[in-house]
Amino acid sequence: MSQLKTTAPVAWCPGCGNFEIMNSFIAVLEDMRNEGFPLENIIMVSGIGNHGKIVDYVQINSFNSIHGRAIPTAEAIKLANPDTKVVCFVGDGDTYAEGLEHLLFAAKRNIDITVVVHNNRTYALATAQFTPTTQQAYKASTMPYGAKESPFNPLELLLVSGATFIARGYPVKKEHFRKLLKDAIAHRGFSCIDTLQVCVTFNNLYETYNKHVVEVEIDDLTNFEEALRVISSWDYRTSEVPIPIGKFFEVNRPGYEDKFTRFPPVPEDRTVELLQLLDRFI
Amino acid sequence: MQQISVLAGGKTGYGIDSAGLIISRLFSRLGYQVYMNNDYPSQIRGGHQFVIVRAATHKIAAHSDQVDVVLAFNQDALDLHQSSLKDNTLVIYDSAKVQVDGLPQSAFQGLDVGGILKAENGSPDMDRYCMIGGLCRALNIDLGLLEELLRKHDAKLWEQKMKVARQGYARTQQVTTLEQLLQPVLPVLNGCQAIGLGLLKAGLQAYVAYPMTPVSPILELFACLEPEFELQVVLPESEIAVMLMATGYAYMGVKNAVGTSGGGFSLMVEGLSLAGQAELPVVVVLGQRSGPSTGMPTYTAQADLGFVLTAGHGEFPRLIVAPGDAEEAYYWSGVALNKAWQYQLPAFILADKTLCLNHYSFDIKQAPELHEEQPVLWDGKDQYRRYRQTDNGISPLAFPPLAGQVVKTNSYVHDEFGIISEEPAVAKAATDKGLLKERYLAEELQAWETVKVYHEGVCALLCWGSNKGVCLEIAQQLGLKLIQLVVLAPFPTQALRDALQGVEQLISVEGNAKGQLAILLQQHGFQVDKQIHKYDGRPFSLEDLANAVWEALK
Repeated sequence: MSQLKTTAPVAWCPGCGNFEIMNSFIAVLEDMRNEGFPLENIIMVSGIGNHGKIVDYVQINSFNSIHGRAIPTAEAIKLANPDTKVVCFVGDGDTYAEGLEHLLFAAKRNIDITVVVHNNRTYALATAQFTPTTQQAYKASTMPYGAKESPFNPLELLLVSGATFIARGYPVKKEHFRKLLKDAIAHRGFSCIDTLQVCVTFNNLYETYNKHVVEVEIDDLTNFEEALRVISSWDYRTSEVPIPIGKFFEVNRPGYEDKFTRFPPVPEDRTVELLQLLDRFI
Repeated sequence: MQQISVLAGGKTGYGIDSAGLIISRLFSRLGYQVYMNNDYPSQIRGGHQFVIVRAATHKIAAHSDQVDVVLAFNQDALDLHQSSLKDNTLVIYDSAKVQVDGLPQSAFQGLDVGGILKAENGSPDMDRYCMIGGLCRALNIDLGLLEELLRKHDAKLWEQKMKVARQGYARTQQVTTLEQLLQPVLPVLNGCQAIGLGLLKAGLQAYVAYPMTPVSPILELFACLEPEFELQVVLPESEIAVMLMATGYAYMGVKNAVGTSGGGFSLMVEGLSLAGQAELPVVVVLGQRSGPSTGMPTYTAQADLGFVLTAGHGEFPRLIVAPGDAEEAYYWSGVALNKAWQYQLPAFILADKTLCLNHYSFDIKQAPELHEEQPVLWDGKDQYRRYRQTDNGISPLAFPPLAGQVVKTNSYVHDEFGIISEEPAVAKAATDKGLLKERYLAEELQAWETVKVYHEGVCALLCWGSNKGVCLEIAQQLGLKLIQLVVLAPFPTQALRDALQGVEQLISVEGNAKGQLAILLQQHGFQVDKQIHKYDGRPFSLEDLANAVWEALK
C-alpha cells in the first residue's frame, strides 16, 4: 500500500468516481516527491459531502472544512505560508451552490490555490437532490416532477471572474486527468478543474460520459474568446451532446499572496514599537 | 475651573467628530483626562450629530447631559439640546445659522463664521477651527497648543486653519480659565484602537474583517500598520469568509482576530462552530449595536450577550471578556488572544458602540503588564497526533509544514489523528475534552480579576462592559458598591460570590431590555434584586443613571 494512504476505512460506494480522483492525486503527489517537492508543504482542504472524506484517506496535511467553505480556509492557509501548495477538494453542491461566492472571489484574487470540483451533479451524501449543474432530465427525490430551473455553467463564471487556469477533467481518462491535475497544482495562481466525477448510486453517467466526452486541445490557452467558446459549447442541461474536457484557459498574472507581507520566522517583541505608536495619539 | 463638559453639535459629515477630537486633545494637553461621547445617525452627510467632550482631573468614562459650553454649528445644536443647558452654560454659535431670540443673551456669544472664513479665504469646512478658536479664548487656552495639535494631527493647510482660529479667538470674550494641570499628557484613543493595541501586544499577526460599524476603526488601524508591524490584513467577501479564513490562519499557527457586529457575527456563527469542533483558536471582537437586524446601526446596545454565550451549534467551550474602558479593552483583548491559543478555543471581546467609538484618555500604566504568551507546543517526539488526549484536555500544537509529520484537522468528530470517527466513545471523549479545557480555563482565571469591585456598601450596582464608567461615578456619588463582571464565560462563580459578600441589595445596570446579565446570574444561582435597563440606543449619561438608581432605591 502507498505510504500516502492512511488506514482509515474508505466510506465510498464501490465504483464511486472519488476513487480515481484520490488515486490520481496520490500519483501526482508521488511524482512531485520524486521531483523533490517536500510533501509537507502540501495541504489538502475539503468541503462537506462524500468528496470531503478524501482528506481522511491521504496521509498528508489536511483541513476538513465545512460545506461550501473550503476555499476561504484554503486562502488563509496560502497567505499564512506562500511556500505551500493548497489543494481544495470540493463538491458541486458544496462549491457551486453554498460556497459560490468564495469560488468566484478566489478566482478574482487569483490566489494560488487549486480547486478540484468533484462534480457528480447531485447532492449524493444528502441522497439525490438538484445541484447547480444537474442535468434537466434528472428526477430527484426533492423534485419528483422535474427541474424548476436550469443549470448554470460554472466555468463561464470562473472565466469572467478572473481565474487563470480553467479545465475540465474526466478521471476515467486516467492519464489525461492526472496531467491536468499536475498542471493545475503547478500553475501559479488560481486553478480549477471541473471534474466529471460519477456518483454510481444517484447519478450514474459513466456510459453517457464514455460516449460524449471529447478531449480538446486549444492552441492558444491565453485566448479568452476561444476559451469562452469551448467552455460555452456545453451547458450542462443534457449530457447527450459532446462534452469537452481538457485545459481551456491558462494565463499568468500576479497572485494575491504576493501582495502580503511574509511573517517573520520569530515574532518580535513589540513593547517599544507600541509605546511609539501611542505617541501618535497624544 | 477643573472639570468641564463641552457639547459640539451640527450636521453629520461636516467635521463634528473631528472638532470633538481636537477639543479632547486640547484638554488632554492641559493635563486633563477626557472622555468623548459621539452621537451620530447612520447617514454620510446631513442629520444631527453631536459630541460631548468631558474633561476632569481624574479618570472618567461617562458623559454628562449638563454641559458648560455648547458650540452650536447650527440651529439644531441649540434646539435639540435645551435640556442640557444650565443657567450659566456658555453658547458659542454661528451667528449666520443660529437664531437665539428669546434666549438669555448674557451667556451667548455669536461668531460670524461665514464672514471670517470669507475674509481669511477659508473653505466652508474650516468652520470648526473658527469655533475652536472661540472656545480657546472663552476658556483662556493658549492658541499655541492648538497650533501644535494641528501640525501633528491635521497638518493639511494648518496655517490657513490657524488664521481662521485666530479670528474666532479674537472675536470671543474670555469667560473663565481652564487651568493647566501638572499631570502627564495621555494619548486619546477610542475603544477600537485600544483593542487593536492589546491584540498587537499579545502577538497578533493577521486581522480579517468585513467592514461594519462600530468596529471598522480596528480594520483601519491595522490596515495602516500592516507594513510596520508585519501584519496581514484581509477584507474578504463576507463575514462567512472572514471566520473561515480565521480558522485557516489558526491551523497554520498564525495568531489572528476578526471583528464585527451582531449582523456580521450572525454570518460567522457557522464557522465559529467549526472552530469549536476543530479546537482552532479564533478571536472575535464583537462591537454590539442596536438591533434586531439593521436596528440603529450607529447606536449602542448590550443586547447580544445571550447570543454570544450560546452562538454556534453543538457544545464547546469559549472565553468571553467584556472590557469596560480603554485600559481594560487593551489588556483583556490581549488576554483573550493569549487564552484562545493556550486553550485552543474561540474567545470573544464583547464590546459595544459606546466603548468602540467613544474616546478615552488612555493610561497604559493603569493596565496590568501584557505579554504574548505561548500555547502548548508539540515536543517533536513520536508521531504527531493533533488531538492527543491529555490530562487537561489541551493537545500540544504543531503547524504545517512539518517534515515527516502530518497535521490533520476536522469539522467532523475525529480521533486523535484528526480522522473522522462516529464511534460513541470517540464522540463522548471529544466533548469531554472541551469540558475539561473549560474547567481548567475557569480555574486559571481565578487568579485574574475577572470580577472587579469598587467602593463599599450594602447596596451594590452590577454592570458589564461600557457601563463601568457611569456606574463608577454614580456608585461613588450615592455611596454604593460597584461590581463589574469582566469575564462572562467561563462564568466566574467564585469571584462573584466573593464580590457579593455583605451585599444586601443588588441592582443590575444594562443596555438591553431583558436583563441578559441578570439572567446569566440567575442561571448560576445568583439573585438580582432590581434591574435598570436602557435600550434606546444611547448610553447612560450620569444624570440618566442617577435618576434610575434613585428610582430603584425607592
